[in-house]
Amino acid sequence: MYGLLFASPWILGLVLLFGYPILSSFYYSFTDYNITGAPKWTGLGNLQRLFADELFRRGLGNSVYYAVLYVPFSIIMGVTLALLLNLDIKGQPIYRTIYFLPVLVPDVALAILWQWLLNPQLGLVNALLWDVFKIMGPGWIADPKWSKPAVVLMSLWGVGQAVVIYLAGLQDVPQELYDAADVDGSNWLHRIWFVTLPMITPVVFFMLITNMISALQMFTVPYILTGGGGAPAQSLMFYSMYLYRNAFHDFRMGYASAMAWILLVIVLVETAIVFRSSGGWVHYQGQ
Amino acid sequence: MVDNVAVLTARARVGRLKRARKLKKAIRQFLTHMLLVPMAVLFMLPYFWMLSTALKSDRQVFAWPVVWIPDPMVWANFPEAIQFFPFWLYLRNTVHIALLNIVGALFSCTLVAYSFACIPWPGRNALFLLTLATMMLPFQVTMVPMFIVFSKIGWVNSYRPLIVPSYFGSAFFIFLLRQFFMSVPKELLDAAKIDGSSYFRTYAQIVLPLAKPALFTIGLFQFLSSWRSFTGPLIYLSDDKKYTISLGLRYFQMEHDTEWQLLMAASIMLTLPIIILFFFTQRTFVQGIAMTGIKG
Repeated sequence: MYGLLFASPWILGLVLLFGYPILSSFYYSFTDYNITGAPKWTGLGNLQRLFADELFRRGLGNSVYYAVLYVPFSIIMGVTLALLLNLDIKGQPIYRTIYFLPVLVPDVALAILWQWLLNPQLGLVNALLWDVFKIMGPGWIADPKWSKPAVVLMSLWGVGQAVVIYLAGLQDVPQELYDAADVDGSNWLHRIWFVTLPMITPVVFFMLITNMISALQMFTVPYILTGGGGAPAQSLMFYSMYLYRNAFHDFRMGYASAMAWILLVIVLVETAIVFRSSGGWVHYQGQ
Repeated sequence: MVDNVAVLTARARVGRLKRARKLKKAIRQFLTHMLLVPMAVLFMLPYFWMLSTALKSDRQVFAWPVVWIPDPMVWANFPEAIQFFPFWLYLRNTVHIALLNIVGALFSCTLVAYSFACIPWPGRNALFLLTLATMMLPFQVTMVPMFIVFSKIGWVNSYRPLIVPSYFGSAFFIFLLRQFFMSVPKELLDAAKIDGSSYFRTYAQIVLPLAKPALFTIGLFQFLSSWRSFTGPLIYLSDDKKYTISLGLRYFQMEHDTEWQLLMAASIMLTLPIIILFFFTQRTFVQGIAMTGIKG
């Protein structure tokens, strides 16, 4: 009984802030609703309109493109950096701090900073590409083909947060396994491939799921970069931006709710797929 | 005689092995630095660039080739940036929200985590799993109905939608605190129960004091979250006197699109407090983030 009492704020919160909104947004997705006035039932009308909606397809495509591009890079880069930072080298704490600092920059400042860094004529990135590699840098945010990779680049600057989590996972790898590998006469490559990587698959699994979910919800950075417009040529119209526009610009609450639920379904399906596949590649210690 | 030679040869061999191993280690260190240093430089460049641009005069901002060390250093960019938008007002608003959220988080999440970790009751684990599941819910799903509810009760354009939810708990903090509370030795809890202490007294006088580092972590993370929060204020605040610094910076950007030196100065002022905070609380910070990954 006391258990329930102590947990009551959260139970209330679950009902008020999760349960009720989830149910009502489900209801709204079958209606036309603009807050003033009453919701008008339209059945599957929103769904039909969505599938015919060019911007909906664009938004979905853009967010998925971003997620598919960002997540693998983030995992590979994160794990590699964590492996390097896990070695016993001088200045390790300094390196760790350096790689973590970008995580602290608030999204608004991040967008502004990188908007300037990626300026095709005057930005540092293209300046470096030219000075060091003699490559003519692309138009980045101004170029529809490069705008999403630009956002991926911005997000990868914040890989330090993932590195911290991978590092924690690396610490958990039992030393006995490394010792056993040593006895078998393995080199560092063997050790990484046969001991380290398998042992951190649970952490990678967790990061894979959480990164995909947050990548699909990406809102603030592209919103600030484009003022909500998704320019150029809708290349930065992320799914959540279009949802935001429908809800708070056009006040089409029903339409936006339908979009939100579709996103939820996508997240659930994607998570389920990763879960199913996890039996094949995730090793849990003690099993 | 023969033994001596054998021992000497063995010793020499061990010596060579040791030196070889030291050499290997040195080579490994060198190679690792060779990889880490250029990347570290690359990671720090945007920061330097931000600082460098913030100190430039508007002519040097657009100079090509790139100017690294501005000459002259226009420190006046900082006060000028502050003048262009109500920096102190927005700062006060943001801190106001952050402090209230910290209180809310500490109040609600500790109670709930205590329930999950220290009070046995049926259905506890199921509820905990549900808690974890909510962390995966895209915020867009609840965003629209919440806005509708808040607008019906007249809370739009106030701080209440941004503050009140934190008093009901947050899955992430509850998770973190529960893991921490579970490491409180059971003997202590049992001893308290035998002494006739109520659940609340045990919570207040035994568990909470032991959990000070975790509480600090929660406070820190909640502060960060409130400081950086953008979407919430964007949706609920329409009166520009109520803006938080994230919104303020964005409107600054919209007004001064081409005055990059001022934009950078303003961005630095938005980022600097967090960096300073980070340097004082590094270990707590990193431990807090790491805890989300393990046991995940």
